[in-house]
Amino acid sequence: MNTTAMQSPDTPAAKLAFQLYIAIGIAVFLLMMIAGAAFRAIQATWLPIPANYAYEIMTLHGAGMVGVSGLAGAAVMWYFLRRYVALSTAMFLTMLALSLVGVVMILGAIGIGRFAAGWTFLYPLPAKSMGIWGTHAAAAFVGGLVFIGVGFLLFYLDCAIALIRRYGSLVKALGLDRLFGSGPVDTSLPPTVVASTMVVIINILGILAGAVVLVMTLVNLYVPSVAFDALLMKNLIFFFGHVFINATIYMAVIGVYEIVPKYTGRPWMISRPFLASWAAVTLIVMAVYPHHLLMDYAMPKWAVVTGQVLSYLSGIPVLLVTVYGALTNIHRSGLEWDLPLRLILFSLFGWAAGVIPAIIDGVIRVNLVMHNTQWVPGHFHFYLLLGLVPMLLGSLLYACTRGQWKETALDRASFWTFGVAGAVFCFAFLVAGWQGVPRRFAVHDGAWLSFAQIGTLAATLVLVAAVVLGVRLLARLPRASLSA
Amino acid sequence: MQNLAWALSLIFMAAIAAVFLWVVAGASSASRDADAIARSGRLWRDRLFWIIIAAGVAISFATLWDWPIAGHAAAAPKPDVVIRATAHQFRWAIDRDTVQAGQLVEFELTSADVNHGFAIYKNKHHLVAQTQAMPGYVNKLQVRFTEPGDYEVLCLEYCGVAHHAMRAVIKVRAGS
Repeated sequence: MNTTAMQSPDTPAAKLAFQLYIAIGIAVFLLMMIAGAAFRAIQATWLPIPANYAYEIMTLHGAGMVGVSGLAGAAVMWYFLRRYVALSTAMFLTMLALSLVGVVMILGAIGIGRFAAGWTFLYPLPAKSMGIWGTHAAAAFVGGLVFIGVGFLLFYLDCAIALIRRYGSLVKALGLDRLFGSGPVDTSLPPTVVASTMVVIINILGILAGAVVLVMTLVNLYVPSVAFDALLMKNLIFFFGHVFINATIYMAVIGVYEIVPKYTGRPWMISRPFLASWAAVTLIVMAVYPHHLLMDYAMPKWAVVTGQVLSYLSGIPVLLVTVYGALTNIHRSGLEWDLPLRLILFSLFGWAAGVIPAIIDGVIRVNLVMHNTQWVPGHFHFYLLLGLVPMLLGSLLYACTRGQWKETALDRASFWTFGVAGAVFCFAFLVAGWQGVPRRFAVHDGAWLSFAQIGTLAATLVLVAAVVLGVRLLARLPRASLSA
Repeated sequence: MQNLAWALSLIFMAAIAAVFLWVVAGASSASRDADAIARSGRLWRDRLFWIIIAAGVAISFATLWDWPIAGHAAAAPKPDVVIRATAHQFRWAIDRDTVQAGQLVEFELTSADVNHGFAIYKNKHHLVAQTQAMPGYVNKLQVRFTEPGDYEVLCLEYCGVAHHAMRAVIKVRAGS
């Protein structure tokens, strides 16, 4: 087999596409951080904005963050996967173009149409606004998500085709033949291919479920007499949402597999535990979503038990394979620290630490008193803000500097500000959740204000640090290399 | 339960932080035999795996053997009082709002419009129990109020732009 022909050519168009993703990604991330900090400031009573506008900001923050996390994660996956399989730059750009169309529709729905049903568009709320937003506004939001979903679906289908062409099937690209084969495992399969295959499988299925529920929501918007089962819709929405947001981290972690060995000089090879872990996580990520529905007593008992048990099991691949593997890889390796590596290692801490309160929340007894409190944004901000974001930043900074980063005092100050303020920001949520403070309240009772105020101060510092890091990345964008 | 969740989270997050700090502190030092480190790493990973699996089995049995939520997918004791509540944007229609301390109260919850969350608070800092109120379904939540007082009901599922204002009060009076 001619493996060179299977790789993607490093064309100027491909480089430009990657740079576009980074530039747009940084801009959207920062804007959505501003929106999130603004919502926290409204809760703290420091920003006098009426509740209906606050919920628009909340909707924008949620939809924008999920979307840009998906795009940035896909950029990291595309960047590394194209070294092993032939990916289409045109399809990569199509995803971006369709996503931008979707973004415009969503911005119109919120900014003009006053849509404020939350990014989870929980049926039948989009159709029941109490006169705040209209049918067309809800349809624009839902339609925007459809455009974004179609863009991602095309990208993942392109990846799937490329993987099948190179490895024969997704089963082989996931390494299942090596996992269940006899004798020593053939380690020639790159970890990037295994992780990408997992993401392709789960996200194609997740997006298809999302497409179904989005179309059902659109039908209900324009033909209200056609109503659907609220529990079925909830299951579809949370399956789609859970899979999509989890996939963002599993795409970004490809950067860890590729970059950490370049610092340590120790290759990251697949093994049976590695393959078993990715096979397990493929199933777990799709089957665990009922842990979002533990307080829906109409759910069957087996489903909520599955949700609790798989929540616990989902931590094992994260902690014992990827995080543990990275720590083993760097342990006494004699590496030299720089900003990209600091960010990547910190991201692994954020991911590993963040799954702890998430797993605990997945216990039904705990969920009974902590579901939909600020415990939930506490744990997901931990592994997204302190996990996903530095993972993406570290990977993209490396792509722009090829490990030749000249670290400055400003870099170190930004890194530590981001890390410490980010942890304070997340703990402000967790402490509030421990104290029962509800999530998604635009107006907070007096007893809860101190949590929101601490959170707002920390969010402001995180934003400042993120601006510095984002600008540092933008400044190096012209030096981006597709073979870093 | 909230205190246990908080304490366990802190303990395990601190343990993870300690491991990271230990590894990071030694990462720049002169390299040793990478193969020996990898072998030792695999050995500890395998041990940790079985410890985590064993702990998971124990935790699952401890938290699920006695089904955690009476009335949810399992037979429930006969309640002393049944309160029927219907959620509307943005109010609760409750057929009775006063009970006696010590009574087993069953809330039968549904929604007339969108998804809502029915969460009972002892004060602003103690969530007693909750369930979802969904259109087309009746969720039953059993609570035994041991302390007299006014318990506030908040909506914990985002239901529209006055979601935060959707409240009610359950009055628990001292038993006779």
